[in-house]
Amino acid sequence: MARKASNTSKAVVTIAAWSIGFLIFFPILWIIILGFKSEADAIKTPLQVLFSDWTLRSYHDVQERSNYGRHFWNSVILSVGSTVIALAIAIPAAWSMAFVPGRRTKDLLMWMLSTKMMPAVGVLVPMYLLFRDFGLLDSRIGLVGVLTLINLPIVVWMLYTYFKEIPGEILEAARMDGASLKSEILYVLTPMAVPGIASTMLLNIILAWNEAFWTLQLTTSQAAPLTQFIASYSSPEGLFYAKLSAASTMAIAPILILGWFSQKQLVRGLTFGAVK
Amino acid sequence: MATAHSRTAARLMLSPAVILLLLWMIVPLGMTLYFSFLRYNLLMPGMETFVGFENYYYFVNQPAFWSALSNTLILVLGVLCITVIGGILLALLLDQPFWGQGIVRVLVIAPFFVMPTVSALVWKNMFMNPVNGMFAHVAKALGLQPYDFLSHAPLASIILIVAWQWLPFATLILLTALQSLDREQQEAAEMDGAGWMQRFVYLTVPHLTRSITVVILIQTIFLLSVFAEILVTTNGGPGTASTNLTYLVYAQSLLNYDVGGGSAGGIIAVILANIVAIFLMRMIGKNLEA
Repeated sequence: MARKASNTSKAVVTIAAWSIGFLIFFPILWIIILGFKSEADAIKTPLQVLFSDWTLRSYHDVQERSNYGRHFWNSVILSVGSTVIALAIAIPAAWSMAFVPGRRTKDLLMWMLSTKMMPAVGVLVPMYLLFRDFGLLDSRIGLVGVLTLINLPIVVWMLYTYFKEIPGEILEAARMDGASLKSEILYVLTPMAVPGIASTMLLNIILAWNEAFWTLQLTTSQAAPLTQFIASYSSPEGLFYAKLSAASTMAIAPILILGWFSQKQLVRGLTFGAVK
Repeated sequence: MATAHSRTAARLMLSPAVILLLLWMIVPLGMTLYFSFLRYNLLMPGMETFVGFENYYYFVNQPAFWSALSNTLILVLGVLCITVIGGILLALLLDQPFWGQGIVRVLVIAPFFVMPTVSALVWKNMFMNPVNGMFAHVAKALGLQPYDFLSHAPLASIILIVAWQWLPFATLILLTALQSLDREQQEAAEMDGAGWMQRFVYLTVPHLTRSITVVILIQTIFLLSVFAEILVTTNGGPGTASTNLTYLVYAQSLLNYDVGGGSAGGIIAVILANIVAIFLMRMIGKNLEA
């Protein structure tokens, strides 16, 4: 073909793409580097920073001083907890919409999506007051509930688009063979749906981990996840670049890795199946 | 065929999700609407009185409202311009064959996974800080005066930070769309003598239109409620220079304890978002039929 890219043009594209990729990734790279420097070195000029000594001191300090562990576990519990509950509610719902569609299934799906369009700030006041009156402020239970609800529409949608791709004939065959509804879901549907469920789960954990409206509004210390913990660094207290970098690196590393694994499924989930 | 039995089962399985979302939508929103008609201050409990549209009147007539509204729109439009144009260019580049495609892709989408508070703080301190930030170091090395981004151009700085977070999203979706482009059609057009420009205008752009619309609508929904980035970097200041509608409602209700006024602002934010949402729903709804 005439379009076989020549090696020169491929080299040019390679250089351009790598430079831009590096530029976009640079802020992340920089905090990873700063996290391994001492506080005194971290505020020097970029070149001096690069050639200064490497140290694990900031990581040590962050662990010692700020209960990093507790916030990390809060993030894990909130994101995984809300995801598991959302899946438990959404799997049956998506199953029934995909395989026993009614006349109003489409309207129902669109309505679910519309709840996601509501800006959080529109219900900030009542949520805050409800949380206060029920003693849920700064509790993990309350926040798990909110995160479950805000992500439930996305979970239902994503599962629905995956379930839709499973041929209904297989389920009919199972039914003919006398499989009960329970065993149909458990032994026929679930194995085929596992990849879809897994990527839904992954995306939802990422979204819940990074959620930074409700987690900032409804927690202060006990239930505070990493978003709130990092925000607490916003009031400067002397030299803190290295510690902030170390804490940030630890906060984003798990999700960065999960995210890279799920990049293919991400598009479908984030666009509600509009782009595949 | 679905039997009556399985239909009942299906309804049962659907109901928890529907009921929960229904409650989630009606209860808090109903409360916001109710509060928005009351004079209700958290510092004076038990003094709530019905005041009609007074809260709306005062919320809209405070000087901060108009600057918050325009800041919200500038923020949304600014970030959209950067991410959509940047995303198209970047997607076109990454769609070309080159060495290390997988790695560059991973580097480019990384900012999307960084939690908002981290990216805001990192940009604020490590890059935009007028004394120790990277930009200040570079300016000094070039013999220029360091610029205090967040106090002199707070909104532009926040736009930059938010655009950095959303550029990967636009790129990823447009790249996915580009990769589903029909290669044979491209080749056929090329054989028929269509140049690079013609192929781009008549084949690539029409193919991308849908995805671009989806990117714009979804980003708008999220960008209308940017909050953490403002809270962490400028607290809406200096003055109200970087206060958006979301931040104004937060400040009014939780910092000034004016529940009634904050609720009125919340309802206004919901109405604004709904205007965008209607367009988005039409787009996605069309896709359901296909």
